[in-house]
This record gives sequence, C-alpha cells and structure tokens, in this order.
Amino acid sequence: MSDKVLMKGNEALAEAAIQAGCRLFFGYPITPQTELAAYMAKKMPKVDGLFLQAESEVAAINMVYGAAGAGARVMTSSSSPGVSLKQEGISYIAGADLPCVIINIVRGGPGLGGIQPAQSDYFQATKGGGHGDYHLIVLAPSSVQEMVELTSLAFDLGDIYRMPVMIMGDGALGQMMEPISFDDVKKYEVPEKTWATTGTKMKRKRNIINSLYITPDELEELVWEREKKYDVIRANEARAEEYMTEDADYIIAAYGTTARIAKNAIKTLREQGIKAGLIRPITLWPFPSDVFNKAADTAKAFLSVEMSTGQMVEDVKLAVNGKKDVFFFGRTGGMVPTPAEIVEKIKEIDGGVK
Amino acid sequence: MEPRINIFVGHFGSGKTEVSINFAIQKAKEGKKVTIVDCDIVNTYFRTLDAKKELESYGIRVIAPTFANSNLEMQMIPADILSVFEEKDSTVVFDVGGDEDGAYALGAYKHLFEREGYRMFFVINARRPLTATAADTLEYMADIERASRLCITNLINNTNLAAESGVEDVIFGDALVSEISKLTGLDYTYACADEEIVNKLPEDLAKKAFGLSLYLKLSF
Repeated sequence: MSDKVLMKGNEALAEAAIQAGCRLFFGYPITPQTELAAYMAKKMPKVDGLFLQAESEVAAINMVYGAAGAGARVMTSSSSPGVSLKQEGISYIAGADLPCVIINIVRGGPGLGGIQPAQSDYFQATKGGGHGDYHLIVLAPSSVQEMVELTSLAFDLGDIYRMPVMIMGDGALGQMMEPISFDDVKKYEVPEKTWATTGTKMKRKRNIINSLYITPDELEELVWEREKKYDVIRANEARAEEYMTEDADYIIAAYGTTARIAKNAIKTLREQGIKAGLIRPITLWPFPSDVFNKAADTAKAFLSVEMSTGQMVEDVKLAVNGKKDVFFFGRTGGMVPTPAEIVEKIKEIDGGVK
Repeated sequence: MEPRINIFVGHFGSGKTEVSINFAIQKAKEGKKVTIVDCDIVNTYFRTLDAKKELESYGIRVIAPTFANSNLEMQMIPADILSVFEEKDSTVVFDVGGDEDGAYALGAYKHLFEREGYRMFFVINARRPLTATAADTLEYMADIERASRLCITNLINNTNLAAESGVEDVIFGDALVSEISKLTGLDYTYACADEEIVNKLPEDLAKKAFGLSLYLKLSF
C-alpha cells in the first residue's frame, strides 16, 4: 500500500508545519493561500494546537512576534498584499532575533493586483521589505513535495540562526495538487531556546525581547554582530538545483513554478540540438551566487525567467559578475510563461550570441 | 425515473469538477440536452469554465459566474441559474465549490431542488488526508448537508494520486466508500478513475466503474 497522499500546496505547507512541531498559527485569509489557513483551522484543534484568525495581517504578525519571543514554533501565512501589511512586524521580529516562519503565496501586484500566480515579491522578500539592516532566509519550493521538505527546513534554520524564514511560493504552487509523502523529511539539530521569555522561576536572569536600542553605538554593534551571522548563512546555507548544466551553452535561471516550465523548455531545446540547462535557486536569500559564477566559466549566456518584470535577474547579474551576458524574459500580473515562449527567447539569444 | 438534476459536492480537491465534466459529457453522448452550472464560488483557480470549449463541443450549455477566470475576486452565483429549473427537458449538472462554504449558496434554491427532485453526489478521494477516515468524511458530509439544506443521496469513489494513480488507489478508496455506504445507507454509485485504470478494475468494482478523461491540465 502506498503511503502517499494527494494534497494541495497550501495544505501541504500547513501539514508540514504541524509535523515540524508548529502548534500556533496566526493568520488572515487571502486568495490564493486560503486553504492553508482553512487546513490549520480544521487540524490545529485536533493536535492541541491553536489556529487564530486575527483581525488583520498586522495583528497576526504581532501575535507571531509574541509567540516567537516565548520560544514557540509559530507560523503565519498570507499572499502579497497581506505580506506587505506584515512588513513592520517582520522587521521587529528580525530586530529582536526571533525565529518564525512566514509563508507568501505570491499573487499579481502591485496594490491589490490580482489573484493569479506571480513572482513579483522577490525584491520585497530578499532585499528587505521592512526597514533596517536585516535579512530573511527565503526558501523557494517548486513542487508540493518540496514545500513539505522546505517547511521543515524553515523551522530548523529559523531556530538555528534565530531569525525569521520566509517560504515563497506562488498561486499555482499553492493550488496545485500532487502526490506527496511526509516520510523521510530531514531534521536538523536545533539549539535550546535559552533566550525565550518563559518565566525565570527565580532561577535565572530575566530574558528581554526587544528591538529598541536608543544608544546609536550599541545599535551599530548589534547590527554588525547580526551581519556576521548573515555572512555565516551566506557561506553555508545557499542551495540550488542544477539541471543539465554540465554541458549547457545557455543557462536559464528560474525558481518555483517558472523552473518547472523552464525544464520543459530545456527538453524541447535539447531535442532541437540547443544545449540549455537550468540553475534553480532553492534559497533566494542567501542567493546561490557561487553556482552561477562557476557556470559562467563555461556557459555562453544566461536567461533569467520570472513571473515579474525582472527582479531576480539583478542577482543573477551580480553573481555572473560581467563574465557573460544575462538576458531576461518575464510575464507578470498573473500571467504564466509558456515553455514555447522560453524556447523562442533562447533561440533569439542563440542567434545573436557570438 | 432518474432525477434530471445532479449535484456534485465534496471536499475541495476531491475531483468534483473533473467528475462533473465527465458526467455531463456522458449524458450528452447519450443524446440528452445538458446544462452544466459552475457553482464554484470558492476556488477560482481550477474550474469548469476552463473546459468550456470542450463542453460546448458536445452541445453542453455552460453557465458560469460572470466574472469567473477574470482577475475580479467576485464570488457570486450566475444570474441565469434559475433557468435550469424551468427547462424541464434538460439534464442539469451542478459543480459545487469545495467543503461547506461552497454549498451554502445552494441552500437558497432548496425549494426548487425539492420541487424538481435531485440527486446529490458526494465525491470522495480517500488519498486526501482530511477525508481519509469514515469519521472525518461523515463530518464533511454533515457540514455540506447543513450548509446546502439538501441531502446527499449518492456516493462516488474518486480515489486517486493524480499522475501517480493506479488500480490500488481505487481499491484503497473502495474500502472507505463501502464503509460509509454501510453506515449511511447511501448508494455507492460510481468508482471513478481514468480510462486506463478503470479497465483494470477487479470484477466487483468494474460494475461501478466510471471512466474519466481529464480536462483540466497544467502545462507544467
């Protein structure tokens, strides 16, 4: 008998969080991530957990802040406009060095935008979003099974580095159904949360959760200290999948749903004698720069394919560092690129590159 | 006589829409005049409307919310829904949105459904974790009946693992649906799977077999 189940991406994220020990969920419904909250509402009471629909996204993220300070594994989820609302709280959580998991099932923007899939929140996720010198670890799954694995990883990395972790999917990944298994999900060793505000019981000094530092030299020291931690993460946690890159003349950079489409395009291109490959960043921050830089020694050119007007392409250019040309193809506003469009673009590059 | 109104409900992701589309096409092939109503006010991603061209090629009339598949998040019942209660010669298929939220809208037409007579099919995919046990599934059924103010009359086993489906999945679901049928006394009408799998079903299940062609596909 098969032990697989059929789940939507949104449901898989929720179940994976519960299996990773998350018992507190605070959120507010928004298409196309609503099934995640709905699953939590059904399942949390059955595992002695708490699902709470807050009065707003701002309230939800601040509840996450509180729960994270008390050392709980806690999660919130939303889609683009809702994640914009959460940014202040995310900055506070980063400033207080607290772990939590934030899901963004990205839809078309800006503003209320639309409800169809997009990747136009890349800048917001990887370059700040909220204020101040801080980063989130940003994980980008491209299948429902990978959503399960990265959810577990997100909680572990958050606890290891004491920082918020974002999982960035899109409407298509949230809605699509695939057979998945929850067995063999890799678990990492995480440190004890000695900093959590769980009550001193008169046995230790009190712990303080805070992001306010009025003295500038004190704040500067703390921010630089945190930057050192980010350097460790840059060095150790960048992840990418390489697909047919070994002999590739043209390397497509794509993540999430777009990477699936790019793989189909690559198969077609190879049938036509054009050697294309894919580098799929699994961590958007830290960006897997080394993989791109190394590939730039052998590939002729790069093409970043995104559901945006061109955001990740900037990181690809920084990584390739001028060694080769980096081109861009994107659809946006909820439109999804087709394999044929990508094939066409690579052929155009193939015609022009010496 | 078989009631001409057929309502398909279930947990979201149970495959209601595929089953509804295939049921409508089968009735059209039998020479019936068919109307399909896309009543899914819950999921705006995968829906009947995506197969509109295919359905219309069989002469099936498609009624869908005005703003479906646009970027407007307008979740409303199509205005011409009432016409199906008046066209007495047509077979009608209602594809209802997932869970109880989708079924609420049906309640408004309770008196019309009862006047015309109906069958309400509950579609079950036992590989979906929230409808994997009889107790959980009965809870869903009760929620949907309460919300719609209508009664489930038939059960459909649509157990599958999408692209990884096999005969063993249908058999796995058979145990659950048979159990629910025994507990509720409801008729276990169909065991669905795509054509290839359906042809390999064991004899007892083959009697209930309903072969599906898939109309809602992704390009990736």
